[in-house]
Amino acid sequence: MSNGKTGFLTPRQKRKLRNNLVGYAFVLPNLIGYSIFVFIPVIFSFVMSVMSWDGSKRPMQFVGLANFADIFGDKIFRGALLHTISYALMTVIPTLVLALLLAVLLNSKIKGVAIFRTAFYFPYIASVVAVGAVWNMLFQPDFGPINEILKFIGISNPPRWVVDKNWAMVAVSIVSVWKYMGYYMIVYLAALQGISSSLYEAASLDGANGWQKLRHITIPMLTPTTFFVMIMLTIQCFKVFDLVYVMTGGGPGNATKTLVNYIYEKAFTTWEFGPASAGAIVLFAIVLVITLIQFSGEKKWFKDMF
Amino acid sequence: MSTKKKVIKIILYVLLVSLSVSMLVPFYWMVISSLKLNKDVFSIPMRWWPETMHPENYKVIWNKIPLITFFMNTAKLTVITTLVQLCTSCFAAYGFTKCKFVGRDIIFLMYVTTIAVPWQVYMVPQFILVSGMGLNDTHIGLILMQAFSAFGVFLIRQFYISIPDELCEAARIDGLNEFGIFRRIVFPLGKPAMATLIIFTFTNVWNDFMGPLIYLKTKERKTVQLGIRMFISQYGADYAWIMAASVCSLIPIVIVFLSCQRFFVEGVAASGIKG
Repeated sequence: MSNGKTGFLTPRQKRKLRNNLVGYAFVLPNLIGYSIFVFIPVIFSFVMSVMSWDGSKRPMQFVGLANFADIFGDKIFRGALLHTISYALMTVIPTLVLALLLAVLLNSKIKGVAIFRTAFYFPYIASVVAVGAVWNMLFQPDFGPINEILKFIGISNPPRWVVDKNWAMVAVSIVSVWKYMGYYMIVYLAALQGISSSLYEAASLDGANGWQKLRHITIPMLTPTTFFVMIMLTIQCFKVFDLVYVMTGGGPGNATKTLVNYIYEKAFTTWEFGPASAGAIVLFAIVLVITLIQFSGEKKWFKDMF
Repeated sequence: MSTKKKVIKIILYVLLVSLSVSMLVPFYWMVISSLKLNKDVFSIPMRWWPETMHPENYKVIWNKIPLITFFMNTAKLTVITTLVQLCTSCFAAYGFTKCKFVGRDIIFLMYVTTIAVPWQVYMVPQFILVSGMGLNDTHIGLILMQAFSAFGVFLIRQFYISIPDELCEAARIDGLNEFGIFRRIVFPLGKPAMATLIIFTFTNVWNDFMGPLIYLKTKERKTVQLGIRMFISQYGADYAWIMAASVCSLIPIVIVFLSCQRFFVEGVAASGIKG
């Protein structure tokens, strides 16, 4: 720093240069890694979506929107998009309602809250592979416990779950709801603690019962959280891969193939990077739209709050 | 009034107990099945308690798959990724909050705009890039691709913002250099946020399936999740063994979870509410 060149700088400029160097020194380790392994790939996923390439030595070729035309002309891709949407529809609302219900139940002053909370949260941290394996057995159509119970309560012809193309996605959704509701329950619990108790006291003075308090205080006060949970859940549903992969492998037929399953197969089994990237851009567009909805919603509630 | 309250409390307890039991039934079934004979897992009528215990299943699977290797691989990946992520995130967060430099806001904006891009969107070019570096099928490739996250920088930054600048200014006047301020003041104060990030990264890397699935091909380099998956497809009908292997894969995460539960819950609340 104190070599001849810096002599031309005023002390003020010197300090500024030093500040810059120090600042960059702190940021650079992460910035370099992030640029190489995230930022550049993000840009390249757009580039590759308009290129044709199979990963070989042959150079990429610009093909315009042909990849998009390709995948939207592909029955399997349209199916994958549809399955992902139906999975989201079957998963988001039940997860949200159950998470809210559990949170409200746990928000009361009772002993052992921590134990119940652990029980509800536990499926969330268990790995998808282990969880998928056990649920596949529970769903076993001929002598699995779930169908045994269904037969016991009088359903003589229970669904064949993961081997039936109409029920396979339902089975995946059930597992997903079970696995993720504990996580969103915690999010709701945190929000519930933020509701001022004076609201409930005032309602009690007015003679409101428990249900009325829930209906007219708790649920309205939780609207921003509900909105947030819904957005998070929807995005999570559109990214689903592991659970489908370990439970059904996308089958039977292609009945549970989702968007990310499609991208994965195109890229890593048939090495068609162009169509795979086009699929990835479709996923990006969907997530972007959902995120934009979130931003506008947050703005709305932000305004309401002040 | 008080009897009514008591009744409500009892109903609440019954509801909570039955709900939490039903949440845990799959795990119970996993454990008892792992102690049965392969042919007895689906015995009819259903048995909720095995007639004879077969703990030797756990010994058998130990010889069928190199579980130790898988555990070591996963532990290595998890620890290194978490450490790199933690260090670089704290450094960067300090730079973004306590230092002033040209282009700071633009660089941070770059992080913000990419935080919402799902990994699945750029996993293909990322794989091509990492393969191009000759790191396909290596642990280093897998570590590098997930060690730098905008989420980590964001999380720590949110916390560092709440540390008053006056504190750093006072230390500066006392003659501490920037690294000293970071190491002695800001870094120790950031422990709660670090705990959240550690737990988050740890569970993510430990349970990660798709990353290793794409990157790791050699059996000796595979992770627990991949190894169990491989075992399941190899021994599809040996139900008890599959369950025993699954139980083994869950044990480490259960231990970590039960001992650091507070951080898990606080972490969800913190990252969940702030988005």
